[in-house]
Amino acid sequence: MPGKKVTIDGNEAAAYVAYLNSEVIAIYPITPSSPMGELADAWAARGMPNLWGTVPSVTEMQSEAGAAAAVHGALQTGALSTTFTASQGLLLMLPNMYKIAGELTPTVFHVSARSIATHALSIFGDHSDVMMARPTGFAQIGSGSVQEVMDLALVAHAATLEGRLPFIHFFDGFRTSHEVAKIEQISADDMRKLIDPKLIAAHRARAMTPERPVLRGSAQNPDVFFQAREACNPFYSSAAAIVQRKMDELAAITGRRYRLFDYVGAPDAEFVLVMMGSGAEVAHETATYLAGLGRKVGLVKVRLYRPFDAEAFVNALPRSVKRVATLDRTKEPGATGEPLYQDVVTALTEHFGAGRNGLRGMPRIIGGRYGLSSKDFTPAMVNAVFDELDKPDPKNHFTVGIDDDVTHTSLPFDPGFSTEDPAAVRAMFFGLGSDGTVGANKNSVKIIGEETDNFAQGYFVYDSKKAGSITVSHLRFGRKPIRSSYLIDKASFVACHNDVFLERFDILRWAQPGATFLLNVQASPEEVWDRLPRQVQKHILDKKIRCYVIDAFKVAGETGMGRRINTIMQTCFFAISGVLPREEAIAKIKDSIKKTYASKGDDVVRQNFAAVDTTLANLFEVPIPRSVTSQFDRPPAVSDAAPEFVRRTLGPMIAGDGDSLPVSQMPCDGTFPTDTARWEKRNIALEIPVWDAGLCIQCNKCALVCPHAAIRANVYEESCLSTAPETFKSEVARGEFKGLRYTIQVAPEDCTGCGLCVEACPAKNKSDASRKAINMAPQPPLRERERVNYEFFLDLPVYDRTRLKANTVKGSQIMLPLFEYSGACAGCGETPYVKLVSQLFGDRAVIANATGCSSIYGGNLPTTPWAKNRDGRGPTWSNSLFEDAAEFGLGFRLAIDKQRRFAVELLIRLRDRLGGEFVDAIIHADQTNEIGIHAQRERIAELNRRLDALETPESFNLRAVADTLLRRSVWSFGGDGWAYDIGFGGLDHVLASGRNLNVLVLDTEVYSNTGGQMSKATPRGAVAKFAEAGREADKKDLGMHAMAYGNVYVTQVAMGANDNHTVKAFVEAESYNGPSLIIAYSHCIAHGINMTLGLDQQKAAVDSGHWLLYRYDPRRAEQGLNPLQLDSKRPSLPLRSYVEKENRYRALITARPERAEQLLARAQEHVRRRYAMYARLAAVQPAAAQPAVAQSAGGGSEERD
Amino acid sequence: MDLSTNYLGFHLKTPLVAAASPMSRDAGAVRAMEDAGIAAVVMYSLFEEQIAQEASAHDHFVEFGAESFAESLTYAPPIEDFPRGPVEYVEHVRRLKESVDIPIIASLNGATPGGWTRYAAELEQAGADAIELNVYLLATDPETTAQQIEQRHLEILAAVKECVRVPVAMKLGAQFTALANFARQLDRHGVDGLVLFNRFYQPDVDLDNLEVTPQLDFSARHELRLPLRWIAVLDPIVEASLAATTGVYDYQDVLKLMMVGADAAMMCAALLTGGPQVATRVLNNMREWMEEHEYESVKQMQGSMNLATCPDPGAFERANYMKALASYV
Repeated sequence: MPGKKVTIDGNEAAAYVAYLNSEVIAIYPITPSSPMGELADAWAARGMPNLWGTVPSVTEMQSEAGAAAAVHGALQTGALSTTFTASQGLLLMLPNMYKIAGELTPTVFHVSARSIATHALSIFGDHSDVMMARPTGFAQIGSGSVQEVMDLALVAHAATLEGRLPFIHFFDGFRTSHEVAKIEQISADDMRKLIDPKLIAAHRARAMTPERPVLRGSAQNPDVFFQAREACNPFYSSAAAIVQRKMDELAAITGRRYRLFDYVGAPDAEFVLVMMGSGAEVAHETATYLAGLGRKVGLVKVRLYRPFDAEAFVNALPRSVKRVATLDRTKEPGATGEPLYQDVVTALTEHFGAGRNGLRGMPRIIGGRYGLSSKDFTPAMVNAVFDELDKPDPKNHFTVGIDDDVTHTSLPFDPGFSTEDPAAVRAMFFGLGSDGTVGANKNSVKIIGEETDNFAQGYFVYDSKKAGSITVSHLRFGRKPIRSSYLIDKASFVACHNDVFLERFDILRWAQPGATFLLNVQASPEEVWDRLPRQVQKHILDKKIRCYVIDAFKVAGETGMGRRINTIMQTCFFAISGVLPREEAIAKIKDSIKKTYASKGDDVVRQNFAAVDTTLANLFEVPIPRSVTSQFDRPPAVSDAAPEFVRRTLGPMIAGDGDSLPVSQMPCDGTFPTDTARWEKRNIALEIPVWDAGLCIQCNKCALVCPHAAIRANVYEESCLSTAPETFKSEVARGEFKGLRYTIQVAPEDCTGCGLCVEACPAKNKSDASRKAINMAPQPPLRERERVNYEFFLDLPVYDRTRLKANTVKGSQIMLPLFEYSGACAGCGETPYVKLVSQLFGDRAVIANATGCSSIYGGNLPTTPWAKNRDGRGPTWSNSLFEDAAEFGLGFRLAIDKQRRFAVELLIRLRDRLGGEFVDAIIHADQTNEIGIHAQRERIAELNRRLDALETPESFNLRAVADTLLRRSVWSFGGDGWAYDIGFGGLDHVLASGRNLNVLVLDTEVYSNTGGQMSKATPRGAVAKFAEAGREADKKDLGMHAMAYGNVYVTQVAMGANDNHTVKAFVEAESYNGPSLIIAYSHCIAHGINMTLGLDQQKAAVDSGHWLLYRYDPRRAEQGLNPLQLDSKRPSLPLRSYVEKENRYRALITARPERAEQLLARAQEHVRRRYAMYARLAAVQPAAAQPAVAQSAGGGSEERD
Repeated sequence: MDLSTNYLGFHLKTPLVAAASPMSRDAGAVRAMEDAGIAAVVMYSLFEEQIAQEASAHDHFVEFGAESFAESLTYAPPIEDFPRGPVEYVEHVRRLKESVDIPIIASLNGATPGGWTRYAAELEQAGADAIELNVYLLATDPETTAQQIEQRHLEILAAVKECVRVPVAMKLGAQFTALANFARQLDRHGVDGLVLFNRFYQPDVDLDNLEVTPQLDFSARHELRLPLRWIAVLDPIVEASLAATTGVYDYQDVLKLMMVGADAAMMCAALLTGGPQVATRVLNNMREWMEEHEYESVKQMQGSMNLATCPDPGAFERANYMKALASYV
């Protein structure tokens, strides 16, 4: 019986099967598998039962290692248990996986396969993670499409129970995990048919129970370990047959037939590909297409990859095969070939070696790599591999999909080659992340998929930036099943939901001849043509594209939709794309609106209906002239003034053309220059701040709070103004800068328009209190003028750091920010702290950054916000992993301290030749302030000069490490998910080491980067993923943990509550010659707040006592003082006043008021008690002076100059 | 001594009604008020904006930033059964009805006719004995005429009356040009009671931060005189029940209100500051005063000093002003 048609993505398909077949689910968020765990948690919260009528227990752990261990434990005690993961997460599970498999324990781990971080992190899909799990003993089964995910997930769950081998069920991250497709759902009743209750009983009978005690996990010795390891062999021998049987049972129920290895293509094929995952779908489409043209080609799709049934594989090949190409979506440098290649070579060699037959002869085998990190894999590439097989001497160990101009591994391919169904609708939509384009497109896929006979597919490409991000939706609809697991490059419909994209991307290059183009623009149909760049006009004329326009913002405004244009643009698509007859399409949209918004009330439904009707009345076809008339074209992605690397390598990435870059243009070791964000002008702000010089009190608060370093302060000599642009604003400097001029300048093209600066501005106009010293104004009319002013501003002399009061807001903000224009969310609460570090210590900072938001806005290509000063110095930055930023940073410290000690040793050895007084001055230099640091820099420069003249082995060595004689500022950055959860063990160890490392915890109280999952920093009563009913426990007091050591400088800061306290604490923390922990309250988009008011929320957090400001300085103990200074006043605001302004709390207050009240009451009591406790601790008079730096077991802190 | 009175068709054992205040959030406090002699409770207000915005704000924040970045396609868990109406309030009505015997009057606060008025039916279903419509409307728009303002009140009344069978009272602001006429219009449109007057939040200026801050101070005792006058004026001309909400602190205030024609005296600040026991004291003092002055019942005195029955009607009208001046001079 055909199953219910559903339109879901791969993650949901896997989660659905896993959930129904499990009792205990332990998870940890990691892209792209997080949605599986989130869905399971949401279903459990809603009371959805599994196959046996009970609601599975879903638990979030502190890391994937923890999740795997919890699953292992649950399995050992007889539960049906599962987990979801990817990439590094799977690597963290490996030790437990060996155990689980070694104990022959049935389970299925669902993996949305993703790249493993090597030269760089990538969140995208390939098989490098699952390939690392090959030796664990887990069986592996791979799915290539959303339907296969549902089907083979069930096969895995059924087979694991029978065969006792644990399974990895994997599918391609993003391409399958996030592809939305219309599939048949397997009902719970049908699933039960594959799951034998006796096998479950057998699993439970093997469980650990005191009723039948056993010992499992023994330690074995050389006498028996080996034999015992071989004892599991029969289970591996029988696994393939069991899987095939389960596949057959599935076929009997669903009609969808799978084999261990499925062959498609010409029955007499001579050239055969071997592949698995979503790429096999592309190859399936291509091989079928080519076979239809008479080419003797075929494809073996690998379903069960481990245990690899060599016989079944050989049997799947056509007898006619002469050449085989294996395609691996992974890379194993140094190996004789990638894993699938080796398996195929082994299988065929053994087959022929054993004298078995069945094939006409031993085929020639070549192997290649494709699709790393979701590199699009297209029919053109498949065709190129078949072409290669047809060559007399085909290339082995090739790559396809890139241009490898270094080791020349790549196969050329014809991008024009296409196997697309000409009758299908292929639509591309360019939208802004904030405009609802993706949501509307998912809805369109659902409408067409579920309410018509058409097949439907949706895939969505997102930006590397969080603010002003661009989304590209790829939608296919057609009468035939869709196997096209690749991006659309010949679209029959292209929609541009914001005309600014025309300036940035060559959108119509993807339009096929005769395509339809829809543009949202604030202009009439007659005016539109003249607003199009030449290139766009040329595409329209060359390809005979029909153009339609809508002023969606006008329609949205008129129909009360605000700035939300999703329904409007969706209506346009339905009206003109031809995907359905127009009347039917509009009726379906309205039905969908009714379903979607019925719960929100009639008014909302009526409003959306009105938007649909008004849209149709405002959708016009554009008259197309006969020739290109435009006087302008798309500007270059980066300025001609940019350095060559930026122009040649980063420029194409910025323009969305990174796929075209050859290998030679890539750094071979993942090392990139900093100071590049300045070349990526994004112009995403609708409004930017405008400075009112006369009103300004020159406090520099605006510059401090700007998340993007897009508003800056400087003081300079009056003479500098002689070449100033006419509109450049300047004011007489006040206070400590008397006698100079002062300017606040905005970076118009880099500002995101968040408005935090205006909120922070304390100066109001005395005649019009609605005006401040900074006010927002529309960007476009100011853009050019302020761009020139900003360029002039940047060229002003940088004020002498040694003369600034670094520990004040005013002083610190004259310092040059060395973290600028990041891709963080508009109004980000983290980046102002990061920027502050860059200003205060950036010219000598070494930063270890945990994976998370800060590593993404800090290090996601194309550009980096980490910048350099005029001398070319600046923070040097690296991301190792999520969990190890503290240890990684400690490694920096150990190396620097060691090198510094070596340098001192060498200085002493060379004392006579370098000058005794000079050497002493270097070794004993006071570097506790900027003056001392500056002086030491001069000495090191002089030292280098003197060393250059020596030319001895010692001078050579000293020259290499001399820079470490300057006090380095070593930092570990990360979020609360790192510091409180996955990295806590390492952080704890590093703090205990006594070493001089500064740790900055950007505490958003939730996993922000992976989409709002609960961490141990999440407060009681806040809703988060995995805490849908509000977190039950109080936030962990990380600072208290650290203070317990006694020798750690600990501070909690909240810039929006007390900015001077923040600056002072940062300076104190960095100056402490031991471990320092700064826990910084960072408001976040995941809090559900108006981000413009983030600073107000920070203040409310402090005023309510939710967030305490304090500094614990071990140095004070040495002076006989209490090391703890409580900098928060007694809470003056009820906790309710703070929490009710954040949707993370309000959602619970509204949805479950009684529970919310209970949690709030307990949280309020906790706040009261905690304040009282801190107040008591801060009031204690120390009994006797303690040494400032406690010695750790492993040796003391490195000495400070 | 018979202190009973009729308000909105209910037989109240005393004329003391608790005005809309945060005290009604606590079922225990409502029980204590009942025990202290409060004869009916008006619940805290359910705001039009609250109904309309709660759900849309949730939607906004759930959607804000979603589907923009590959790693974080959403930031909030999907709460599928997120309430789209005043669930908490309706539930509270139900709880209060279960815990006390006195009438519970639900309070809806709004300014425009719209979907929110339908929630009156939900409140009725939950057990609310009556609805008090708090029309919080400041006529700041120069394009809006007095007639339009009055019309809007009538529309809101009609919309709510259409949804419910329980009595509907309307709480008015004091600033109507022709209050007597308007009150009669409301009366003719079926309003069951008029509550005089709404004390709108008063803005204040924060001199340190140059910000306008809303303030709501407790009414002063002398503020009783405004409803006192208007109840005296309206009592003879409207059928609807009349209640005063401002400046009711002690037994004298209640007695005065009853005499000018009020059917209920609503206490707020006195209860909030002095607790429910204030009601017991006021009622005891009333009884004492009435015994001393040989009254038998409240009904006996109700309306005895209204515009039609008082010895000097001019005292309620313009002449009263002249008299006040004269006495001042």
